[in-house]
This record gives sequence, structure tokens and C-alpha cells, in this order.
Amino acid sequence: MLNEVDLSKYEKITAKTIPTEKGISSGHRACQGCVEILAMGMVMKAVGRNVIVANATGCMEIVTSPFPQTAWNVPWMHVAFENTSAVASGIEAALKIREKHGKLKGERPKVLAFGGDGATADIGLQALSGALERGHDFTYVCLDNEAYMNTGIQRSSSTPYGAMTTTSPPGSNSIGQSTWKKNVPAIAAAHNIPYVATASPGNYLDLMNKVRKAIAIDGPAYIHIYAVCPTGWGIKSEKGIELSKLAVKTNVFPLYEVIGGKYILKENKNPKPVVDYLKIQRRFRHLSETDVEYIQKRVDAEYAHLAAMASCAAPEEEENDE
Amino acid sequence: MSAKALMAWQDLALGTAICEPGSAAKLKTGDWRSMAPSLDEEKCIQCGICLILCPEFCISEHDDGFFRPDYDYCKGCGICANECPKDAITMGREEK
Repeated sequence: MLNEVDLSKYEKITAKTIPTEKGISSGHRACQGCVEILAMGMVMKAVGRNVIVANATGCMEIVTSPFPQTAWNVPWMHVAFENTSAVASGIEAALKIREKHGKLKGERPKVLAFGGDGATADIGLQALSGALERGHDFTYVCLDNEAYMNTGIQRSSSTPYGAMTTTSPPGSNSIGQSTWKKNVPAIAAAHNIPYVATASPGNYLDLMNKVRKAIAIDGPAYIHIYAVCPTGWGIKSEKGIELSKLAVKTNVFPLYEVIGGKYILKENKNPKPVVDYLKIQRRFRHLSETDVEYIQKRVDAEYAHLAAMASCAAPEEEENDE
Repeated sequence: MSAKALMAWQDLALGTAICEPGSAAKLKTGDWRSMAPSLDEEKCIQCGICLILCPEFCISEHDDGFFRPDYDYCKGCGICANECPKDAITMGREEK
């Protein structure tokens, strides 16, 4: 059965009402052209100031908190890889009980958890699953740069097929990363939570509005954000946003929402060939034509699967019959 | 406390909490830059896309309606120049 999701508190952002308030200050230590910190900044703009953040270890934790300084303008907590979702659950539970006892002044702050792909797909997966299953009212944002960039580009289970990393080097007996990218949004959606979405900073309005929806609904929400890493992927620092848009246009990273179990896919009628996306990145430079063909086939198949999921409209008539 | 040290350990807050928000702005990251953006005001249509897409969050709207970067923080990544719909921003070598 599909859930009813209450979106009455959702305030849409339009091109004219994009917030300019900075949750993260300038002077952070991210690399030139880092799209991950940009995506995080967009999330913070959409959320506003009334928020408490739990941030897993990773690039974003390192670059925003060079002790004794911090780039955060909101309450923020660094937690280990494993327990980001657990800490966010604890914050949410504490806020709830304080509100119950009348000790909380003003509106209850939103709770946000940030993790990289390593913290989400590998190390923190069971804590995330637990928090989603318990139904805490929080938003988990995965900033997916497709490897452990902060320690020197080691592969994670979110690294795409064929990519070169320091622990999946290509050679005569290796294609690079030998497994396909783990589908974490689908894992989150399988928990039957009210809101799951994928977003790309190239489509910034779409990203900010997805964040607004995620914080507006009651219960857990999961947002998977595609975060280009110029350093780790081997692209020029100015190409980050261009590549973010290209990933959506080639269907490598399709944008969709799962609201109450119902898939809503942003349709891409004239997809570009995947080779356009692969050829500008150094991590895919060793791929042969047959490898590219295989990736194209699999990307097409995954998009077709998503489109099929989206075409299954909510079976309202059937529910009425019951 | 030596002259080089940032602070004495006795001055740290409990749990090594950082009590001053946004203090990373004390480090001027502008000196990382080798290429600097410059704005052609004739071509600029003041759309503000550069403000939204700046990863340093250092572009702001000025009183005359134009969006300009704060060169104290701009790392010179070139995203603003690459994404400008009117090609009003160009990257040039930093003058020392």
C-alpha cells in the first residue's frame, strides 16, 4: 500500500525567490571548483537557519571545520562515519521530548544529516537503515562524489563501473572499478519512507525544491545528490556544473522522486550518448569502445526500469475496492 | 603559549566546541587563485546565476545591480565564467 504524504507545509522556491542567506561561510578549505560544497551550500540555503546538522566524516567535514575555526553558521556536529543517522535520530528524539515538556522555545529546528557516498553506501548504511525504519523526522542528504576523495580517491561501493581510482587501477587484467554503482536511493525507497529523491546541483532550483519538500514532510526523507569532484574525477575546475548537467542529460544520473512509494521521473526525451559524459573525465579515459557500449546498454536499461516504475500510477481504484 | 600557536589549550571550550560561527572566513582563500574572473558590464544581464553557482559563496549583489566576487575568497575555479549565459565573465591571469 502506498503512503499518504502531507506536502501542505512545502514552500516552493522560484527563480526570483532563491534565498541568499549563507549557512556555510566563505573561507572554507574545499578544492577549487568543488561541486560538493556548492551542493551543500544550496541545501543550506533551502533549509534556512533553524536547523541542527550532523555531519559524517569526509571531505565536507574536513574542509568546513579546520580547528579552531568553522565555516558553519548553524549548530553543527561532526560524527563518525558509522553513526551519522544514529546521532541525527538522537537529536530529533531530544528535540521532541524537550518540546513535549515545554522547554523548547520557538519552532522545532529541522534535523539534517550529511554523509558522503562512503558514509552512506558503505560504512553508515546500517545506521541509516535503522533511522529510516524507526521513522525519525529528519532529512538525510548523501553527497555522492563516487569515491573516498578525502583520503586520496579510494573506491567505494558507489564508484561507477570502469572508473579509475587508486584502489581500482586499470591495467591489462583490470578495467578499473569492476562492479556497478550501488543503488542507494532504491535501498532508501525500499524502507517505504515518505520521501526519496535524487538531485543534481546543475538543476539547482529542482535541488532546492526537493530539499524544501524533504524538510516539509513529517518523517524521514532521503536525498541523493550527485556531487562532481574535479580533483578525483580528472576534470578542469570550471567544468563541474557542466558535468552535473551532462550526467542528467545522458541518463547516467536520472532525476526522480519517490513520494509515498510513488515514482515521479523527470523525463529526458532526447538523451545524449553516454560517451559524451565519459570522454571528458580522466577516470574513464582507459575505457575501450566495447566497454562504453556495455555502459550505454546498462544505463539505458536502468532508465527504462525507472520509467516503468514511474508509469505505474498509484492504484487508487484498487485501494477503493478494498 | 608560543607566538606561533593559535590559542592556548586552557582557552578551549568544553568538548573542544567552536563557539564562533563562520570563523573560517578569517582565512582569505583568495591567494590560492592563479586565474581571476572579470566582469564585462556591457554584456551582463544581472541574472545572478554566478551567485547561485559559486562554490566559494563569495559573489554578492552590489548596489548597482551587478554581481561581483569578493576577491579575498575567490579561488579562481572559473565556474562563473563557464556557466555565464551571456559570456560576460572572462578568466584572466592573476596580476601579482
